[in-house]
Amino acid sequence: MPVKSYLVFPHIGKKKALSDILVDMSWCEILPAENEELIVLVTDTENEKEEEKCLNSLNAIPELDHYTLVSGFEENSKKVN
Amino acid sequence: MNRREFIRKMAAASAITAAATMFPGIVFAEEQTRDLPEGDILWKKSPCRFCGVGCGLKIGLQNGKAVAVKGDPESPVNKGLCCVKGYHSVMALYAKDRLKKPLVRKNGKLVETSMKEALDLVASKMQETIDKHGKNAVSMYGSGQWTIPDGYVASKFMKGAIGTNNLEANARLCMASAVTGFLSSFGMDEPMGCYEDIDHADVFVLWGNNMAEMHPVLFSRMLDQRLQRKNVKIIDLATRTTRTSTAADRSILFKPQTDLAIANAICYEIINNGWVDTGFVKNHCTIKKGKTNIGYGLEDKFAFKDEAQGIDFEEFKEFLKDYKPEDVQELTGVSAKDIKYLAYLYGSPNKKVTSFWCMGMNQHTRGTWINNLVYNIHLLVGKISTPGNSPFSLTGQPSACGTVREVGTLTHKLPHGVVMNEKDRKMAAEIWKVPVENIQPKPSLHTVEMFRALDRGDVRFMWIQVTNPMVTMPKLNRYREGALKEDRFIVVSDVYPTPTTDIADVILPSAMWIEREGMYGNSERRTQHFDQLVDPYGESMSDTWQIIEVARRMGFEKQFPWTYENHIEEIWKEYSLFHKGAKHGMAPLEVLKSEAGAQWPYVNGKSTKWRFHGKYDPACSKGDTYDFYGKPDGKAWIWARPYEPAPEEPDKEYPFLLNTGRVIEHWHTGSMTRRIPVLHQAVPNAYVELHPEDAKKMGVINGGKVKLTSRRGEIELPASINERGKPVRGHVFVPFFDEGLLINELTLDAFCPISKQPDYKKCAIKVEKA
Repeated sequence: MPVKSYLVFPHIGKKKALSDILVDMSWCEILPAENEELIVLVTDTENEKEEEKCLNSLNAIPELDHYTLVSGFEENSKKVN
Repeated sequence: MNRREFIRKMAAASAITAAATMFPGIVFAEEQTRDLPEGDILWKKSPCRFCGVGCGLKIGLQNGKAVAVKGDPESPVNKGLCCVKGYHSVMALYAKDRLKKPLVRKNGKLVETSMKEALDLVASKMQETIDKHGKNAVSMYGSGQWTIPDGYVASKFMKGAIGTNNLEANARLCMASAVTGFLSSFGMDEPMGCYEDIDHADVFVLWGNNMAEMHPVLFSRMLDQRLQRKNVKIIDLATRTTRTSTAADRSILFKPQTDLAIANAICYEIINNGWVDTGFVKNHCTIKKGKTNIGYGLEDKFAFKDEAQGIDFEEFKEFLKDYKPEDVQELTGVSAKDIKYLAYLYGSPNKKVTSFWCMGMNQHTRGTWINNLVYNIHLLVGKISTPGNSPFSLTGQPSACGTVREVGTLTHKLPHGVVMNEKDRKMAAEIWKVPVENIQPKPSLHTVEMFRALDRGDVRFMWIQVTNPMVTMPKLNRYREGALKEDRFIVVSDVYPTPTTDIADVILPSAMWIEREGMYGNSERRTQHFDQLVDPYGESMSDTWQIIEVARRMGFEKQFPWTYENHIEEIWKEYSLFHKGAKHGMAPLEVLKSEAGAQWPYVNGKSTKWRFHGKYDPACSKGDTYDFYGKPDGKAWIWARPYEPAPEEPDKEYPFLLNTGRVIEHWHTGSMTRRIPVLHQAVPNAYVELHPEDAKKMGVINGGKVKLTSRRGEIELPASINERGKPVRGHVFVPFFDEGLLINELTLDAFCPISKQPDYKKCAIKVEKA
C-alpha cells in the first residue's frame, strides 16, 4: 500500500489536542506547523484494510476540521498522486 | 535511511511544499529533529551555508559525519527556526559525485592528479601569463559564499602581492547597487538597522522582494509579529504575484523599472501633504542631483562617473512635480490611490516603517538610483536608524556582506576604503607588508567587463572559486565561448561538477563549509564563526589554503607566513587591523567563537544594532541624535534621480518581458541543492511561469513545452500556469537554478552604470508554443 501525505486542519484552537491524538495513532507520523493552524500527516499502511481503519479513525476525531490528500507513493517509489 | 523511510520523507516534503503554497512563511520546526539517527549526537554551532539571512544552526555530528541540523534557539537571527534548505543543508556534503581529487585537462580530457601537482600547475600558469601578457592578464573571480578568510587572502594575493585589481566576486551580480546606494546616500556601506527592526515596525513595505521564498525565516518573523500585534501591515510592491503577495495585506503590482517613478511619487505626496520631518531634513540631510541619461553599459569598455551637484529643497520639490501620483499612473500601472496609500504609510507620524528589498531593486539598470530613492523616502519623514524605522537592503549570499563588501573583494575596494585613495593604499601596504606601489590606484575590471576581457583576450588566466558563472552570467553564450577560446587558462575551485568546471583547465576540489574553519558576515552586519566540524572530503582543501599555497609557490611566503593550524586566527587578527575604531570595529575571535555572532561596529564588548544615532551607536559624536558620519559633513544625501526606461523594452518582434530569479528549494545555481533528493524532487527542473490568458491564447497547457527566444539565445521549458507565481500579461518568469535549462543564454548584460550590477529582471523575448 502507498505512503500518503495529508494536510490536516484542526478546529480553531485544537491543534495541540489534535496533534496529541494523531501522534498516538497507528500508521501515522505528524509534523505540526510552528506558526500556522496546520499539521502535516504521513500515513504508512501495509494493506487496504489498515488504510481503511486509519481513515475511519481520522474521520472520528472531533478536533479535526478537515484534511486533504497531497501525495501518495507506491512501494516502488512511483508517485501516484 | 531505508527505502520506505525515504518514501515517507518524500511524502512529507510534498505536503510541506503544498503547505508553503497555501501559507507562505509556514515553518515546520519538528522536521529538523525527525529521523535523527540513534546513538549520541554532538551538536555544534555554525551559520547556515546558504542565504544571506545567516540563520544560526546546530549541526549534529556522529562518527565523523554531519548527520542532522536544527535551528539554534540561541541565535537572535532565527530563534531556532530554519527553512527547508537549512535543515537539509548537511546533505549537500555527501552527494555521490562530490569532487574528490584535483583534475587537470590533458589533450582535452580531465585526468586526476595530486593536489601538489595541481597547485604547482596553477602557480606556474599564473606566473607564465604574467610574464607573457602582464599582471593585468590574470584575474580572480570569487563569491559572496567565500568565507571572510578566503576573501581576505584573495585580496592580499591579487592586490597586494601580484599587484592587479583584477579581483571580483559574484556579489557584483547581486548587491553592488546596494553598496553604491549606501555609499552615495550615507558614505558608508551596509544597513543601519538590524533584524530586530522586525519586532518594532508597524508597516513593512517589500520593494520587489519575494521574501516568503528568498528570506523565509525573516518572513516568518514578520508574520509572527502580525499575529502578535494586530496593527502590523505587510505591503508587497512587486512585478508579479508570488507567495509573498498572497500572504501580504496588500499586493500592489507595478510595471518593471517604474519603481523609480513610484518612489518619486511617494516623495511628492509626502511633501504635498506636509508629512516631511522638516527639522530632521534641515539638520541631517543635504540634497544632490547627479547626471542623467547615463547609459546601460552594453558596449565593451563602457565608462561612467557620476557627479553630485547640490540643490536646495525648492529645486527638489520642482523636480518632483513630474511625479504627481495621477501623472504616473499609466507609466507605473499603479493607481494614484495606491501611491497615496503608500505615501500615507510612510508619512504617518505614528507608524514605524521598515522597507525591505533585495534583487528586484539591485538587479536593475538604475539600481543605485532606486536604492537612493527609497532612502529619500525614509529621510524625508525621518524614519531611519531607530528601532522599526529602517530602509533595509537584504543580501542574498551568506557572506556577500562579510566577505565581498567588508573585506572588499571587488576591483575598486580594499579591506578598508578604496584603491583610489592614497591613505587607504598606504594602510593596506603597511598591514600586508608590500610596497605601496604594488597596489594599483585605479579599479580595473568589474565582473561583466572581466568576462568581456576574457573573451577579447585582455585577460588570459582566471581563477574561479565558490561560484558558477557559466550558469549565472547574463548573455551567457558570449562569455562561455570567450572562456573556451585558445590561450585561455581557467582554474575552478568547487565541490561538485558544474557547467563552470566543464570549461576548466584545472579543477581544485574545495573543502566545503564545516569541513574547514571560517566566518560569514550576514545582512545585519553580524559576523559568525564556525569551526571545522568534519574532515574535508577526499583530497579537498579550503579555498583559503589553496590561495595561500599558490601565493607561496609564486614567492609570496612573507605575506602568507602562517601555519595550517593558526592561519584562520592570524588572518582574523590581521584583517581586524583594517577596521579598528568605533565605526567598524570587529569582535575578537574568542567572542565570535563563543557567541552566535557579533554585529560590527563592535565597541567596548558590545554589538551595535542601529548605526547613525547617538542613542545606539557609540561612533556618533553629536549626542543623543543622528550623525551620518559616513559623509564628511555628518549629513545623509537625498538624491534627485529621475525615471529612465530599461534598455530593452518589448516590441513587435520580441513582445514579452522576461524576469528571472530563484525558488525557495534551491540555492542559486542548484549545484548543491539539486543533489539533495528532497529538494530536487520538490522542484526537479526550471519552468516558465505564464499568465493564464497568454497561455490560453497560445494553446499552452500546464507542463506543455514553450519556446522562449531573445536576441541572444533560445530555450524550451515546461509551462507553469497558476502555480507558484503568476506574472502579469505579457510577462514571463523563469528560475535560474537549473543547469540543464540555462535561462541566462537569453538575458541581457546591461548594467547600472554606477554599480556595474547587471539587470536580470528585464529583457525582451518572444514566447511560442513549442
